[in-house]
Amino acid sequence: MKSSKKEFIAEAEELLEESQRLILEIQDTYLTGLNPDTINALFRSMHTLKGVSGLFGVQGITTLSHALETLMDDVRLGKIDMTAEVVKFLFKNLDILKDITDRVSQDADEGDISAYTRDIESFRVSLKGRADGDSPLAQIDQAILKVLSEYEEHRLKANLKEGRGIYLAKAVFTLDTFDTALEGLTKAIKARGELISTLPTSENVPEGSIGFNLMFSSMAPIGDVREEVGYDLDTLVPPRAAAPVAPPVAAAVAEPQPRAQDTHLKSTSTTVRVDIEKLDRILNTVGELTLAKGAIKRIGVELVEQYGHNALVYDIHKISQTLERRLAELQDQVLEIRMVPIGQIFTRLAQIVRRYSREIDKQIDLVLYGEDTELDKYLAEEIVDPLMHLIRNSIDHGIEHAEERRAKGKKESGTVILRAYQKGNHVVIELKDDGAGINIEKVREKAVQKGLAEEGADLSEKEIIDFIFAPGFSTKDVVSDISGRGVGMDVVKEKLSVLGGYAEIETKKDVGTTFMLTLPITLAIIKALVVRVGAERFAVPLTSMSETLIVEHKDIQTIEWKEVYYLRGEMLPLIRVSTYFGFAPAQSDRSFAVVVGFGERKVGLLVDELYGQQEIVIKSLGDYLKKLRGFAGAAEIGKHEVILVLDVESLIDDTVVKQKGGAIYV
Amino acid sequence: MKTILIVEDSATTRALIRAVIDELGDVQTIEASSGFEALKLLPQQEYDLIITDINMPDINGLELISFVRNNQRYIHLPIIIVSTERSEEDKKRGMALGATGYVTKPFKSGELQDIIKKTIGL
Repeated sequence: MKSSKKEFIAEAEELLEESQRLILEIQDTYLTGLNPDTINALFRSMHTLKGVSGLFGVQGITTLSHALETLMDDVRLGKIDMTAEVVKFLFKNLDILKDITDRVSQDADEGDISAYTRDIESFRVSLKGRADGDSPLAQIDQAILKVLSEYEEHRLKANLKEGRGIYLAKAVFTLDTFDTALEGLTKAIKARGELISTLPTSENVPEGSIGFNLMFSSMAPIGDVREEVGYDLDTLVPPRAAAPVAPPVAAAVAEPQPRAQDTHLKSTSTTVRVDIEKLDRILNTVGELTLAKGAIKRIGVELVEQYGHNALVYDIHKISQTLERRLAELQDQVLEIRMVPIGQIFTRLAQIVRRYSREIDKQIDLVLYGEDTELDKYLAEEIVDPLMHLIRNSIDHGIEHAEERRAKGKKESGTVILRAYQKGNHVVIELKDDGAGINIEKVREKAVQKGLAEEGADLSEKEIIDFIFAPGFSTKDVVSDISGRGVGMDVVKEKLSVLGGYAEIETKKDVGTTFMLTLPITLAIIKALVVRVGAERFAVPLTSMSETLIVEHKDIQTIEWKEVYYLRGEMLPLIRVSTYFGFAPAQSDRSFAVVVGFGERKVGLLVDELYGQQEIVIKSLGDYLKKLRGFAGAAEIGKHEVILVLDVESLIDDTVVKQKGGAIYV
Repeated sequence: MKTILIVEDSATTRALIRAVIDELGDVQTIEASSGFEALKLLPQQEYDLIITDINMPDINGLELISFVRNNQRYIHLPIIIVSTERSEEDKKRGMALGATGYVTKPFKSGELQDIIKKTIGL
């Protein structure tokens, strides 16, 4: 290589290194407050790269960096919003630049870059059109905006920023049945997107009826959504088309080499990186303080009882109230610090998809949705391995080879969709492939072979699919290099259960498989309902329950040896917690039912008494008691009293699943 | 006898509001644990006042206020917002939608009683 070229490569690499650092910084801060200097610096480094490559006559890099410079100029001037999409796009193009630089350094041809340049230009133009108009909300009717709470408005903005379509469904129901009908509609909407607001209305509605305007977001085009939702829809804002990840660039991209940055002593960033363990410790301390606060509050109440209302007692009362408010704020703030956009782990998974699809020679288009969805850092890190396992599974066993796909009339490249969205207090991560689907017959055979099911047993498809979560279950005939390695679906399920979440599968032959992982948004301090069963008290996490009811024992029916209760016309399986733990049943005509779980896994836990809500800090039971089923941990409440926290998921598993599909978990 | 509809998702706060209202005497309370339930309860009888929280699952307080204010039958029904100090902005929106008044949680019992008395003329 000529020395002048060497000089260019060194300079270009340094600029690309610097750009990578800047994009990483943008990625870390664009949600929490972007420093305009960072954007400016990235714009300048593209500008410099353009100048340098022009000087050395490296035409491709000159053209490409010029296009990126123009893009960054628009971002710099606020004509384009910095979003996850832009960050991703910048990373992608940085990879392309690195790749071309590598080729130049190996004296290879730069290759045809015109497609890349066009890509950048059309990306820029598409975004610029969007940022027109000051507020993204300008496109929404004022009458709708007025009734949004601050949070809903935030969600609406976030969805607009994400490029999701905003739709309005108008439905009219009769007054006596509207609750079940609305529930159904809400469910259908949530399957396709995020419900932002439900506005009841009596305008243009006949007597005895009630109308609802439901505003929701979805990435899907109106035709698809209408089909699913089944109601008349108005498009308030159409969705932006999602850009699939570009097929991998032919040549290998060199791993970036860290280089000493002696030219930038003063950082432009105002953010600090904190070890998550330190945040854990703060959260723990907040938890302890919450307990102390509870004690002070209780002392206040006792003082009133003993001494009546005097100034000192009043002071204690006031102070404990202030303490309570500030503690709640502190807790919220710490939890907020721990939140990271799920895009952080999506990016890592995207790299794996690229690498593996190349290794096993399958073309995969990875489409990411909802990268802005926020999740506790700890949960995000814990879920990344199970997700990776599932993705490998999809690529390895789900997506067929090109020729097989062609034969089935599918497009040659497979599609893997990774989507995250918030659903109440939970984050749902969906992994969808358009592969061959799970072979139900093969799973059944294997289950019989493993002694998990009896030959010829009458099992529903869902029950059969659930077998793949059983320990040691695998239908892989050939253990492949990618998803073999002894990690099974049971590990995925186990992990989710530990995190307070659960997994669901939908599969259809030759259409594909969807895994839905549902996780709580945060861990640590949770609200729980304290209940009594026999002489014991237990805590039930509020995130896993939907309501409580009084159940008269005479209303309990037995269907196929299962105790059920009809709740608003729907069958609710019941679990007697006393029986589950082997307590003597209470002598009473009525119990309380705590309704937990979702969808088909909805059950009522029968308990003797409800004590009310409380914030609890879940502590692990320790290694010694870890194997104990039915408990998620222990919590300290009130006067140094320790109660056990029920692990709702394992209760449901042990009862509902066992009753349905024969003895699976023995 | 006056009838007040309390719309609040926290059972504790509901009990608290009920206790405060009970002290007023000749008033009965009906409770809804969500905006949704309030919609079901509204047509079932005549109310003299709604006391509502803002941040609730399904239908929030603002949506409820908007519904009530835009419905001929309830157009004059007074609404008092009971919400936390963290939802200042939401309270403003509620007033803009036609709420009669508001009380900030945590509140003193006298505070809530005063505004109720003033609103329904006890």
